[in-house]
Amino acid sequence: MAGIPHDHYEPKTGIEKWLHSRLNVVGLLYDTLMIPTPKNLNWMWIWGIVLVFCLVLQIATGVVLVMHYTPHVDLAFASIEHIMRDVNGGHMIRYMHMNGASLFFVAVYAHIFRGLYYGSYKAPREVTWIIGMLIYLLMMGTAFMGYVLPWGQMSFHGTAVITGLFGAIPGIGEAIQTWLLGATAVGQPALNRFFSLHYLLPFVIAGLVIVHVWAFHSTGNNNPTGVEVRRGSKAEAEKDTLPFWPYFVIKDIFALAVILVVFFAIVGFMPNYLGHPDNYIEANPLATPAHIVPEWYFLPFYAILRAFTADVWAVQFVSFITGGIIDAKFFGVLAMFGAIAVMALAPWLDTSSVRSGRYRPMFKWWFAVLCVDFMVLMWVGARPAEFPYDWISLIASAYWFAYFLVILPLLGVLEKPDTPPATIEDDFKAHYGKSSDATPAE
Amino acid sequence: MIKKFALTALAALALTSGGAYAAGGGEQHIEDFAFSFEGPFGTFDQNQLQRGLKVYTEVCSACHGLKYLTFRNLGDEGGPHYSDDEVRAYASGFEVFDPELDDTRPATPADHFPPSNLENAPDLTLMAKARAGFHGPYGLGINQIVKGMGGPEYIASILTGYTGKEKEQAGTTFYENTAFPGGWIAMAPPLDDGLVEFDDGHSNSLHHMAEDVSAFLMWTAEPKMMARKQAGFTGVLFLAIFACLMYLTNKRLWAPVKKKAKEA
Amino acid sequence: MSDILTRQQQQADESRRDFLYYATAGAAVVTTGAAIWPLIDSMNPSADVSALAVVDIDLEGVEPGSRITLKWKGKPVFIDHRTEERIAQARADDDAPMIDPEPDAERVQRPEWLVVIGVCTHLGCIPLGQGGSDPTGDWNGWFCPCHGSHYDTSGRIRKGPAPRNLDVPPYEFVSDTLVKIG
Repeated sequence: MAGIPHDHYEPKTGIEKWLHSRLNVVGLLYDTLMIPTPKNLNWMWIWGIVLVFCLVLQIATGVVLVMHYTPHVDLAFASIEHIMRDVNGGHMIRYMHMNGASLFFVAVYAHIFRGLYYGSYKAPREVTWIIGMLIYLLMMGTAFMGYVLPWGQMSFHGTAVITGLFGAIPGIGEAIQTWLLGATAVGQPALNRFFSLHYLLPFVIAGLVIVHVWAFHSTGNNNPTGVEVRRGSKAEAEKDTLPFWPYFVIKDIFALAVILVVFFAIVGFMPNYLGHPDNYIEANPLATPAHIVPEWYFLPFYAILRAFTADVWAVQFVSFITGGIIDAKFFGVLAMFGAIAVMALAPWLDTSSVRSGRYRPMFKWWFAVLCVDFMVLMWVGARPAEFPYDWISLIASAYWFAYFLVILPLLGVLEKPDTPPATIEDDFKAHYGKSSDATPAE
Repeated sequence: MIKKFALTALAALALTSGGAYAAGGGEQHIEDFAFSFEGPFGTFDQNQLQRGLKVYTEVCSACHGLKYLTFRNLGDEGGPHYSDDEVRAYASGFEVFDPELDDTRPATPADHFPPSNLENAPDLTLMAKARAGFHGPYGLGINQIVKGMGGPEYIASILTGYTGKEKEQAGTTFYENTAFPGGWIAMAPPLDDGLVEFDDGHSNSLHHMAEDVSAFLMWTAEPKMMARKQAGFTGVLFLAIFACLMYLTNKRLWAPVKKKAKEA
Repeated sequence: MSDILTRQQQQADESRRDFLYYATAGAAVVTTGAAIWPLIDSMNPSADVSALAVVDIDLEGVEPGSRITLKWKGKPVFIDHRTEERIAQARADDDAPMIDPEPDAERVQRPEWLVVIGVCTHLGCIPLGQGGSDPTGDWNGWFCPCHGSHYDTSGRIRKGPAPRNLDVPPYEFVSDTLVKIG
């Protein structure tokens, strides 16, 4: 690919030449698989492969589940039980799909926070980052719509609550909500269209994943030092890199195998632990469960949504200057989507001259707080909206925004970064070299 | 830094579960029954499931249905494991409506159990899974992981949790129950010592009957539990071996690269 | 260290490496296979479908001369309580020229009960003859309206494009009045 000089595919035999002059598919695969990859990538660089695996797992199990599922309000719940009881191996396929969504989000959060720490979003990788954020949004949409399909109590009332978010938009909100549901309430039209979209979106995600990979193959991978691969000549580049195959494929598959051990333990021995028990009760439009809690992977943003109530001065202020158009409900919705938007804008909010957090002494601490903040938001999102949880969620939400909007821009000015190594080769040697007192990479 | 991050994450997780667990106390009292199917290698006890079916048939079925269960399931290995003839005989005791005949006929093994007779009596097929989230106001099911407790414990505790007190509210009688959220339940105490006579001569005290029918309802909710645990165990074992092989391969693959870095 | 020793060492190293690589690749193939098989197997008939593969039918109350239809594995099964006259008709034709010659005795377990799958062997239509007023064809059995196949009282094809006699499903008499099909 562009950028880092490396060997390209040379057709040798007659048949290879014949195909090559007609369709350069082998060359494309070769360039993709043999891309020079910084040799100092650490264990936080495995999540890409894990995510690809998750996508394949979800599509493969999903396609099979669809063969036995019925998107009808009277039959959906029973058809899931049909899968769990009668379809050969159906219970395992369904549990894998269910928990596969959780694995997908574990991996995507690790992947995102890795990018945030090592500055993978910074120039010239903004496009990769933005596409990644789009994939993340689509994942949330897909997961949400998939959760509706079993047509349990949580499916039903969760849909009512989430589509209600769009109802908060001033003026046109109600029309949008009705349009989304195809009715004034959750029912057959909603189930049918969510089923359709739940099947469609994974393929859109797959398409975006190809663009995501294409984008970072254009710029080259980031790495723990944030130092670019030397591109003066092929020989120079080879000192900093190794081909993706076999070095990183094997490494990533090893990590994937370890992760799958844990995944199988969960699927085999506690498959319902991450789900909500109420979803084993068929949807009843006339009775709401006592507590509606989204799936764990939505909790941080759900907490931000709930944090901004009418007693918060910022909400009152905004409500005042907009003449009441932005009320507390709409403010919460804006805050939730804003929390993702500020993350997507990180490439332009981060002013630091150094890419990797490893060489940013102050940043490290603020980032660690952000990680804790994320966990706190996840925890508080599952708590009742009462004291002290309302205060905790407000403070945690405020920090989330402050990190991106205030801390990242200011740190670039205030902080005096350490000097990163001159080359990736130096970093690799420092890690594996003779001198044991050299700073270990991790 | 990664280590630090991992530690923070762990600490946060510990906080999360700790918090949820602490919040779980409440006024509900759920007794921890010891069921044969607990743990990674636990299996259903065939005799217990057969006793539980008897309790269901003679008591619960008056109001509650089991509509997701079929009669043929009673012959499942690892479940109650009745013979074909026993299943057929049991099924023929039920009448089902056949839309093709436009009339009722005796049930066959391929038919489903009937649904609930009473509108406010919930179907019991999935109850053991639907009630797994007791303790903890938001149903995080912390007990499942901390104490190995779940839906069957809840059901058994409900059945044994009546205090004998009653109250009338808006024309409905409520019964005090120590396991029910809120403490007052609309279901009259269904079981009494010695109510159901077991064929295998097992004790038919209230406690034992409650335990048996709860085990049976766990089976109706998750009939494939044994197959699932087995698949999980095989998967874990096999992937662990595969991970070891991958570790060695990875180490060997990188050895020359790392050696070169050392020598240079 | 001498050169020979080093070379031996290297060879040993290499064969160890090869073995490890083969073992890992083998494990990877087995893992992938084990992952794919359940997905394929899930498309086989599920337990509720298989449960319908055996149907019990109570013949009590089916008068001689009347025919009943039931569904087995998604297909109609015709049961004809044959009168003496129909049995005699079927037996008399055993030696007549036929498209798919087969004696009547081989097509029934008990002469008074004919059990056949009610699907025309030509292109899968359902032959007429079960209803009292249906045309029964030239041989008083069944008549397929799609392409004009005539079946006799033993369900044998006598005229028309169908290549085979109506198929006989596996069945057994559990008692005099109870038949288990499948």
